[in-house]
Amino acid sequence: MTKSNGTRPHSPLGLAKRGYSGVIQHLAAGGAGSALSDIELESRLIELGFVEGARVEVLHEGIVGRDPIAVRVENVTIAVRRREAMAIIVA
Amino acid sequence: MHLALVGTPNSGKTSLFNALTGSRQKVANYPGVTVERKEGSFVTPSGRQVSLVDLPGTYSLRGRSPDEEITRDMVLGRTPGEAVPDLVLCVADSTNLRLTIRLLLELKSTGRPLMLVLNMFDIAARRGVTVDVPKLSQALGVPVVTSIAVRKGGTAELLRLTDEIAAQAKSPLAQNLWQPLTVAQLRATQREADRIIASAVSLPSRPDSWTARIDAVVLHPVAGLMVLALILFVMFQAVFAWAQPLMELLSQAFGALGQLVQTTLPSGLLQSFLQNGVISGVGSVIVFLPQIIIIFLFILLLEDFGYMARAAFLMDRIMGGAGLHGRAFIPLLSSFACAIPGIMATRVIDNRRDRLTTILIAPLMTCSARIPVYTLIISAFIPDTQVWGWINLRGLVMFGLYAAGIGSALGVSFLVKFLMWRDYAPAPFMLELPDYKMPRLKSIAIGVYTRAKMFLQRAGTTIFSMMVLIWFLASFPTPPAGAENPAINYSLAAIIGKAIEPLLAPLGFNWQIAVALIPGMAAREVAVAALGTVYAIEGGKEAADQIGQVLATKWSLATALSLLVWYIFAPQCASTLAVIRRETASWKWMWITFAYMFALAYAASFATYNIAVALGAG
Repeated sequence: MTKSNGTRPHSPLGLAKRGYSGVIQHLAAGGAGSALSDIELESRLIELGFVEGARVEVLHEGIVGRDPIAVRVENVTIAVRRREAMAIIVA
Repeated sequence: MHLALVGTPNSGKTSLFNALTGSRQKVANYPGVTVERKEGSFVTPSGRQVSLVDLPGTYSLRGRSPDEEITRDMVLGRTPGEAVPDLVLCVADSTNLRLTIRLLLELKSTGRPLMLVLNMFDIAARRGVTVDVPKLSQALGVPVVTSIAVRKGGTAELLRLTDEIAAQAKSPLAQNLWQPLTVAQLRATQREADRIIASAVSLPSRPDSWTARIDAVVLHPVAGLMVLALILFVMFQAVFAWAQPLMELLSQAFGALGQLVQTTLPSGLLQSFLQNGVISGVGSVIVFLPQIIIIFLFILLLEDFGYMARAAFLMDRIMGGAGLHGRAFIPLLSSFACAIPGIMATRVIDNRRDRLTTILIAPLMTCSARIPVYTLIISAFIPDTQVWGWINLRGLVMFGLYAAGIGSALGVSFLVKFLMWRDYAPAPFMLELPDYKMPRLKSIAIGVYTRAKMFLQRAGTTIFSMMVLIWFLASFPTPPAGAENPAINYSLAAIIGKAIEPLLAPLGFNWQIAVALIPGMAAREVAVAALGTVYAIEGGKEAADQIGQVLATKWSLATALSLLVWYIFAPQCASTLAVIRRETASWKWMWITFAYMFALAYAASFATYNIAVALGAG
C-alpha cells in the first residue's frame, strides 16, 4: 500500500516542520533515546496507528522548542513529543 | 445478561453508557484498586434485564496501567467476584475506525462473543464517511450495528441485536487464544484492520473542517495559550460572580429557617441545637452548592467538547519545565473540583515517578471545598469594587489564590524532580487529540447531578456529624451561674482552642479559628460551618444570620489574609490523605505530603501575618 514519494530522502518525523506531510517508511525505536524500551515504544506507536505506509502530516507545534507536535496519522490526530517521533522514519 | 463496553479513549463509550442506562447507574471502585467502576442496567424491548459495565478505554489488551489491566481482566474473565460478560460491545467512533478495528481484531482472539457498535454514526454520515455495514460485519466476522447514542431511539438497533444474540441458544464459547501481542503481531493486526477498512469504508479525504478551524486557533503556540488562560479566567469569574444570586437565595432560605425555629421552639438546648448546630452549620456549607455545580459544569463541558487533550498538548513542555508530564494537566485540573478524583485520575500517567509527583502536588490545586472558606473571608474583608472598570476585585483575589496554588504546585514539582529524580529521562507524551464534538447535554447533566449528589451526601453525613460534635463541644459544659462572659468561653471548645492557640498565635489565629481548624481536617468546608457555630453560640441570633459581618468585626485584616494563605497550603483534608495512601500503597508518601504541606502552610501564613501587621493591617 506504500506509494513511493519519488526520491525524497528518509528522515525522522521528529525533525519535521509544521506543514510537513509524508508517508511512514519504517519504525526505528532504537535511535530515539526515549525513556521507554525499544519494544514498548514501537508497540505504543503501532497502537496509535503509526505503521508503515500510513500518511502523516504535522499539523501543530508546541511553544517551547516547537515541541510536542500534533500529527495527523491517516484520519486520527496524535500528539507526540519530538523525542519519540524520532523513531518514526518518513519520506 | 451481562454486557461490557470496551473501546479506545474518546470513542463515545460513556455517552453510549448514559444513553442505555440513563440515571440507573452506580459508580464505585473495583475491589483492591481505585479504578472507577461504572455499572448500570436497562431492559431490552423484549423485557430482558441487562446489566452493563463501562470499562476503562484502551488501545490494546496489553494492560500497561491499572486502568487497562482492569479492562483486560474483565474481558478475559480473570477479575475475581465479577461476572464474565456474556457479550462484549466494542464501541467505535464511526469517524475514526482505524484504531478500534485493530483493537477488535485483538479482542476476537479472546473467544468472547463480540459486537461492534459504530457510534456517532450521524456525525460520520454528515462528514461523508460511508460504511458498508454488512460487508464490514462479514470481513470482521462479528455483528456490527450503528448507533447514535445522543439521539432518542439512536440505540434501537443495538437493543434489537442484543435481544437477538441473547435469544440464540448458547453456543459453546470459543477458546481463549489471547496472548500479549508481539510487535510483529501488532503490526499485522493494524495492517489487517487497514485492509478491512479500505474494503468496507469510504473515508472523506478532508479532515473535519470545524476541528481544523478551531485547532488553528486553539493549538496555535501563542493564541492557544491565551485561549487557555481566558477559559480558566472566565471559569473562576463565573464561580464567583454567577453563583452569587443563587447563593444569596440559599443563604436567605437557611436564615429564614433558623428564624422559624427560633420563634416556634421554646429557647433551650433543642432550639440551640437545631438553630446553631444543624441549620447554621450544615446550611453554611450547602450554600456553596451553586459554585460546586458551576466548576464541575465547566470541567465536564471542556472534557466532553474534546478540549482537555488540547490543554494537555499546550501545557506539556511548559509543565515539563517544572518536571511535570503533559498528561498531569487533566488530573491537576480535576483537582480544582476535588483532589480525590484528581489523584485517582493520575492513573492515566503510566510512568511511576511522573505519577507520584502529580499526586504530591494535586492537593495544592484549589479544590471546591476551599471555595466556602475563601468566599466567606473574601466577602467579609475585600471590598466589592471594580478594578480597571470591569474586573471584580473579589474575583481578582480569588484568581490570585488559585494562581498561588498553581505556582506553589509547580515550584514543589520542580524541587521534587530536581532533588529526587533528576537523572531520569522524561517519560513520553502520546495522546490522541479527538475531533471536537458538541457537548452532550444529557451526559453533562448526569455528571453534574452525580457530583452535586455526592456533595449533598457529604453535607448530610460527614459535615453534619462534625457539626453535631462542634455544637456539643461549644455548648458544654454550661457556664456557672452568674457568669459574666459569653457562655462559649466556659465550653470544651474554648478549652481545646485555647490549648492550641499558642501554636497558632504567631500566624494571627485566635482560639475560635483553632477550634474550627480541627474538624476542618474531616472536610475543609467544615471550618466555615464550625466558625458559624462557634460565633453563633457566642454572639446570639444576629451572628448566626451574618457570619461574614461578625468576622469583619472580630478579626483583623492580617488574620484574615493569614487564614486565606493557610488554606492555600494546609493539608486540611483527611480523605485526600487517605486516597494518597491508597493510591501510592504507602504510608511514606502520605506523610511526606502531610509534612511538606503543613510546613508550607505554617511558613506562608507566618510570613503573611507578619508582613500584613508591619504594613498596618494588624
